[in-house]
Amino acid sequence: MALERLKRPWPDHRAERALGAVSLLVGVAILAMVVFVAARAWPIFQHNGFSWLTGGASLENEFARMNAATASPTAADYQLRAWPLIYGTLLTTAMSIVLGLFIAILTAIFIVELAPAQVTAVVVPVVRLLASIPSVIYGLIGILVLVPYVGNHLVTEHERRSMLSTVQLTGAGLGVTVVILTVMITPIMIALICEALVSVPNSWREGAVALGLNPLRAVRAVTLRAIRPAIVAATVLATARALGEAVMIQMVSGGKSFAPRPGDGVVFFYEPLRTLASAIVDYREGLASPPLKATIYSLALLLLFAAFAMSISGYLVKLPLRKYQTRG
Amino acid sequence: MSTSVASTPSGRGRRSSPMSWRWSDRLVLALAWLVGLLLCVIAAAIVLYMGYRGIQYLRPSLIFERPTINEQGAASGGLLDPLLGTLLLTLIGVALALPLGLACAVWLVEYGRPTWLARVVESSIEIVAGTPDIVIAIFGLALFQLPLLAPFSFTSEGGGVFGRSFIAAGTLMSLLALPPIYTASRDGLQAVPSHLREAAFALGKTRITTIRRVLVPNVRSNIATGATLGISRIIGSTAIVLILLGGFGRFEPQGSTPVTSLLRGTGSSLTSYIYDNSPAGEGGAPQKAYAAAFLLLIFVLALNLIVERIGRAHASAAGLTTTAGVV
Repeated sequence: MALERLKRPWPDHRAERALGAVSLLVGVAILAMVVFVAARAWPIFQHNGFSWLTGGASLENEFARMNAATASPTAADYQLRAWPLIYGTLLTTAMSIVLGLFIAILTAIFIVELAPAQVTAVVVPVVRLLASIPSVIYGLIGILVLVPYVGNHLVTEHERRSMLSTVQLTGAGLGVTVVILTVMITPIMIALICEALVSVPNSWREGAVALGLNPLRAVRAVTLRAIRPAIVAATVLATARALGEAVMIQMVSGGKSFAPRPGDGVVFFYEPLRTLASAIVDYREGLASPPLKATIYSLALLLLFAAFAMSISGYLVKLPLRKYQTRG
Repeated sequence: MSTSVASTPSGRGRRSSPMSWRWSDRLVLALAWLVGLLLCVIAAAIVLYMGYRGIQYLRPSLIFERPTINEQGAASGGLLDPLLGTLLLTLIGVALALPLGLACAVWLVEYGRPTWLARVVESSIEIVAGTPDIVIAIFGLALFQLPLLAPFSFTSEGGGVFGRSFIAAGTLMSLLALPPIYTASRDGLQAVPSHLREAAFALGKTRITTIRRVLVPNVRSNIATGATLGISRIIGSTAIVLILLGGFGRFEPQGSTPVTSLLRGTGSSLTSYIYDNSPAGEGGAPQKAYAAAFLLLIFVLALNLIVERIGRAHASAAGLTTTAGVV
């Protein structure tokens, strides 16, 4: 019966409304996401205001206290100063973006402008592959190969002893995290920059070469300048990915709420850290304790707002791109 | 004199060779080659190393054996359950995301009015694409802990709702698969020449009939690309499985009805199995993690290959964005 009705031609206006309603579901999901996460994060705001975004207290102690909290927690249990997590997120993201942007621009120019066709035929699938390897495999290689290597060969006994009073250096930490994160986000940037490079009209390039520039100079003078908005858009998208990366960072970052100190020299790169997303993975079993649950949701809320900010800025920087008839 | 001009080192020949460039340009050229090769080396190292470990630890018997948990708490046995778990999650996720993504794309391209509503839908999908999967997972937990949705997830003896089940994880997985499916179908629909639509209208067909009989069949390959990308997103996602499924190895059905008990119960997927058996989880059985990771990598490579085969018609560097699953 229902099948019979499906086979008959559908009335147009009803189809339009049905499809529109289904599409709207996505918007409803976003709205629900904000409402749910914000509602669960509310106790943290109630007890800390916005000062939970700052530092000052020992985050490790706060987490321990929250973990031990009973079903009816006191106001003191809700105390949170999450700056080390925010700092860790910003630090890993910024470092891997800077490193990744440099690699991505060079690789994109290489793929589109410089490499012979046979080489491009290899590099393009490689980039695609690197983009599609699941983060848990990156994390596995990090924790089983890179972390032991750094811990056994790069960290010297002297460095280990110098940090003994504050934190243990196992090899898991900032350096390994940034390296793997860079490998994970660079393909995204390469893909977007390549697409923009391809969309630049060939005549512009030819014009520059006709004026006597060599191909590389032409890229720098004309093509790169034309796709600047696309480079910013690629950076924004990669930033969003880096901010939200949870599992890989949780596996290789050492899992200590410690804020790496640039003043420590080389040791800086071996110091463990935690990001907003990796802290959620760390404490995923702690949802039975109300303060810890509220904390996890407030961290998620912060990530959600960061993602919104990235989406909006991604939209804004893509506006000028329309001039060149490219989709972002 | 003209011959000497053509051969001056400043490169006024028809084609300037890099040897005649300024040294700074040559340095940049060398760097570009270097990073290009570096990426290839990294990818090759990952694939070869995982392949080596996989051949070392993966036995056919492992695939057909169910996991068991011994006294030390380390997982032993095979990885049949995680494998089936991944399959089940993929089925649920794609079954939900495919109609939703296609409907969004069709509505936006073919109807798309009122305009403000179209903008809202478009940006919602963009936001979904940009939301970290850990946040999606944590949201799913809050959602499925609602008393209203309790029948869909794992419930404790005392009636506490955990919000963890295959249904919960699969539903939230569909949000991961949605953006690539939407983007691929939208691009396909936009590329359909308008005379196809006009011809259908001229035959007296309504819009929706045109969509069903002309447009959707026309963009089938785009939809397939999108779905494949969605699948590779789903099988690679760890955070959602860790938080919304949370099982360790074996399926743990909830209730006794054959199919629904499985869907309402918890279990594991390949990704969570890898995580649990790595030093980061509790298992500490790296050889099992390597075996599962090798299997996962093979799936990812196969999906990559499928995407490439479907998209060969427009294979170029420009196709990198969609095929890299970026948007």
